[in-house]
Amino acid sequence: MSSVVEMRASAIAEVAALPPAKAGRRFATWLGKPTPGYVVLTILLLLYPWVASPFFTFQIGGQSLALGIIALSLAFLAGYGGMVSLAQMTLAGVAGYMVAILGSSNVAVSLNWPWWVVLPLAIAVATLASVLVGAISVRTEGIYTIMITLAIGVAFYYLTQQNYEVFNGFNGFPRVLPPSVFGLYWRDPLPYYYLALGVAALCFGFVLYVRRSTFGIALQGIRDNPRRMRALGFNVTAHRVAAYAVAGLIASLGGILFTWFNGRISPGSIGIGPLINILVIAVLGGVRHPIGPFIGAVVFVLLQNFAIDLVDRERFNMLIGTIFLAIVLFSPDGLLGLWQRLRTHFSARRL
Amino acid sequence: MRFFLLTVLNGLTLAALYFLVASGFTLVFGLMRNVNLAHGSLYLLGGYIGFSAAQASGSWFIGIAAGFLSMALLGVVLQTLIFRRMEGQDLRQTLVTIGLSIVLADLMLWIWGGETYQFDAPQWLMGTTALPLVRLYSTYRLVVLGAAIVIGIGLWLLLNKTRIGMMIRAGVDDRKMLAASGVNVQLVFATTFAIGAGLAGLAGVVGGTALSIAPGEDTRYLLASLVVVIVGGMGSVTGAAIGALFIGLAEQFGLAYSPTYGIVYTFLIMVLALAFRPQGIMGRRL
Amino acid sequence: MTTGRGQFARWVLGALISAGAASGAALAQEPLKMGALATLEGPFTVLGQDGMRGVEMALKEHDYTAGGKKIELIKGSSNAQPDSAVAATRKLVEQDKVQILIGPLSGSEGIAVKDYAKSHPEVTFLNGSSAAQETTLTDPAPNFYRFSTDGAQWQAGLGSYVANNKKYKRVVTVAEDYSFPYSQVQGFMIEFCKAGGHVVDKNWVPIGNKDFSSIIAKIPDNVDAIYVALGGADAVNFLSQYEQSGGTKPIVGGSITVDQTVMGYKGRKKDYMVGTASAGPIADSWDNAHWKKFVADYKAQFKDGLPSPSLFAHAYYVNTKAALDALDAVKGDLANNQAKLRQTLSSMSVQTPTGPVKVDENRNAVADIFLTEVAKGADGNLFNKVVKVIPAVNQRLGLTKAEFDKMGVGSRTNPECK
Repeated sequence: MSSVVEMRASAIAEVAALPPAKAGRRFATWLGKPTPGYVVLTILLLLYPWVASPFFTFQIGGQSLALGIIALSLAFLAGYGGMVSLAQMTLAGVAGYMVAILGSSNVAVSLNWPWWVVLPLAIAVATLASVLVGAISVRTEGIYTIMITLAIGVAFYYLTQQNYEVFNGFNGFPRVLPPSVFGLYWRDPLPYYYLALGVAALCFGFVLYVRRSTFGIALQGIRDNPRRMRALGFNVTAHRVAAYAVAGLIASLGGILFTWFNGRISPGSIGIGPLINILVIAVLGGVRHPIGPFIGAVVFVLLQNFAIDLVDRERFNMLIGTIFLAIVLFSPDGLLGLWQRLRTHFSARRL
Repeated sequence: MRFFLLTVLNGLTLAALYFLVASGFTLVFGLMRNVNLAHGSLYLLGGYIGFSAAQASGSWFIGIAAGFLSMALLGVVLQTLIFRRMEGQDLRQTLVTIGLSIVLADLMLWIWGGETYQFDAPQWLMGTTALPLVRLYSTYRLVVLGAAIVIGIGLWLLLNKTRIGMMIRAGVDDRKMLAASGVNVQLVFATTFAIGAGLAGLAGVVGGTALSIAPGEDTRYLLASLVVVIVGGMGSVTGAAIGALFIGLAEQFGLAYSPTYGIVYTFLIMVLALAFRPQGIMGRRL
Repeated sequence: MTTGRGQFARWVLGALISAGAASGAALAQEPLKMGALATLEGPFTVLGQDGMRGVEMALKEHDYTAGGKKIELIKGSSNAQPDSAVAATRKLVEQDKVQILIGPLSGSEGIAVKDYAKSHPEVTFLNGSSAAQETTLTDPAPNFYRFSTDGAQWQAGLGSYVANNKKYKRVVTVAEDYSFPYSQVQGFMIEFCKAGGHVVDKNWVPIGNKDFSSIIAKIPDNVDAIYVALGGADAVNFLSQYEQSGGTKPIVGGSITVDQTVMGYKGRKKDYMVGTASAGPIADSWDNAHWKKFVADYKAQFKDGLPSPSLFAHAYYVNTKAALDALDAVKGDLANNQAKLRQTLSSMSVQTPTGPVKVDENRNAVADIFLTEVAKGADGNLFNKVVKVIPAVNQRLGLTKAEFDKMGVGSRTNPECK
């Protein structure tokens, strides 16, 4: 049982070394009692809308959370599974399109089914799609995954752009809005923020749980040495496809939230640019810990909104690209890795 | 009948262009396991530089040379300065290439702007040729087909009949053994990247003359290279030729007979290929 | 050194005085915030920049003042995707607190911004240059005004002209596969089909595709002309590929087809382009005093601008001018969700360099359209000569509401007249 103690100790140490950024709530008590950092963060997140303007709550806070969830799915696959999938935004888009097609929008194609039918169906379809993507992608290893998932993502983009009968082509679906439940309109800044925060916390906690579960440990083993795991009797392909399913589930939740944020979905939402943006966000924050993608999302959204006030808006892409390049070249663990290094540097000096 | 033959010719000539672009991509991946997602950017940058050179000098051929040489140089720089430090970290290299492609795309937008550029090729190239059965066909497209065949044979000769080609092939099979046998692996890598990138730049000028260059072409040719190489097999120039044939014909037949979903079918072919033969037609089992 | 209490008293006094002074002056000096949204990033930057120039020209003409207040211009940027347009709009409205918003540039962005406008009735939205039909035909917003015309309106006069004057009876179309070309083809076909013409085949080219060889192979021999609604650079590609494959049929151009790039076409048969008819919201070489003054002012104000103002500069200019003129008319009264301003906008007639513009019941422009033909100038260069000005074109292109509703907005298969 010493290995379990070790795992717990290292997990706690890792968690304690986290920066005071958005971590969300943790419901798992099997990792020890909540550290002060987490408690403070949780309180800050809960109180945020009361101090921030509606714009900051919705466009910065809400959007970061939605994007963060989608990026979390990529970080999960990449960090714990060793598979970098560029199709996570695509899967998020599948869920979003399902909500638009089955639910209500401004387009005749929409079926206008009630939300408690539409949402589970959308999540189910997106998860199924991710299993499909996984089945195709796992037959070759490692870096092939990037190419293949990119190609699949682009294929879906073209499908949605060219097909009018189901996907309404180039224009997509405008006015895809959340329902009014419990008397609240869920696209108002406050309700949307708390909804997104709740879902983000759920996904965050879920990833924390999975990574220490048997499945998660096996997945990490497969990431590190698939041959050995195969020799040990693990079904490597099945584990990988299951990982895709988990990632697809998370991405679908983020996709529905993101579609509600925009209030619409169209092929432009799942084009090559957005697909790569999710990768940029995940790598920016760091894929080693589930908090990374959320940090990356906040930085990305802030840059996207305020770059025009600081630098020439025209060169936004170069700014993001250069930051991304710098991170990959000098701190592959993203901003989290940078923080980790700074902390060890300063704590070493104190000695 | 004429329409069918025209479509076949269109497919062959498009395949020729795709082969030119994809051969560089597969070479770099096969030897250095580097999925260079900035390959499309190299195509476009080579095209832009070739355009500026051709404008400045007044000669289209100087443009081609400029496109090839500038990208070959950039390839050497990238390999020695950046990728060399990340040996073995395939994923990280790929992420770097993604970052490079984003930065390069914006740099090109900044320098050359958002307009489309048409090359000024010599008049004798841009005319019409009379062919049996199809009556008239674009001379330039036939020239591209010829150029691809010539370059393809040249590459094959390089890889199979020269010393450096032998080293490259050995490296594709077993990189560590190659290093162990005393070969300057870094030199081989740099040469390969130079050839691969140079080919992309050359294709940029050649393709740009037929289809013009504009922002967005980098993504288009990157995707085409990806699909060609996945179908044809990584690391094999013959595979790139076969893959290009498949994809070029598929795309043109799609455009001709089913323009709405033609492009989706191309990707479907790729998915099917992956389902039945994941290493590609000429690839080796990984 | 003053004591703490003395310092505090001084501070309070100073604050009171400045507050009093400020409040007295503030009411008169409080600027009106105007937001302008255009595509200032990505490949469409050049177009977005020209749109902004249109806004700045209108503001300069009004001395950055309207309705007795100073105007503060805040710029927003999008990348031609609807998501980014809405995000930029949200920032301008909710963060920067603009009271009037001009924009966006492209069609699908326009639809998205119009939807957003509905949730902010306290702001008045005017179009930039977005030309999608649905923006004002489908589910219009009561606070979204478009003083520029849509893609279908831009083709008014063309269909009848080529059918009756040029005697083209059978035509094939080549256009990109998305909503703006659908509207252009519809605008052309409404008149062409009515005049007895037949569109035997429609070729929808996937967006971004520059290889037209398959399309060219499909063009039948027994047509009179090819209607090409591609952007200038793509049109050049099409023409050169068409020429190389031995084609000789004349072209009919969409609004963005016969632009400067195409005029500079260095193909073998440059004279082949002469006589190409087209139609659009502006005509570079129109011999009219107002238009010439507009062009001269543009060139004087923007040394780094385009050789002649584009239709984007023109559209943004017209919409901004409408807003400023209306503000003057109501003397800056923005009370009651800007009710008086909106009433004025709905009923006024704006004098623009291309003639007078009013809006219809959906707040979409009713304006003049220019029918042009390519001609060779004295210096041997090609230019667009104005054949006719089609007056007061509305969004239904002369059809009744019932007829147009039956037809619906343009799509791949709508309308048809084989």
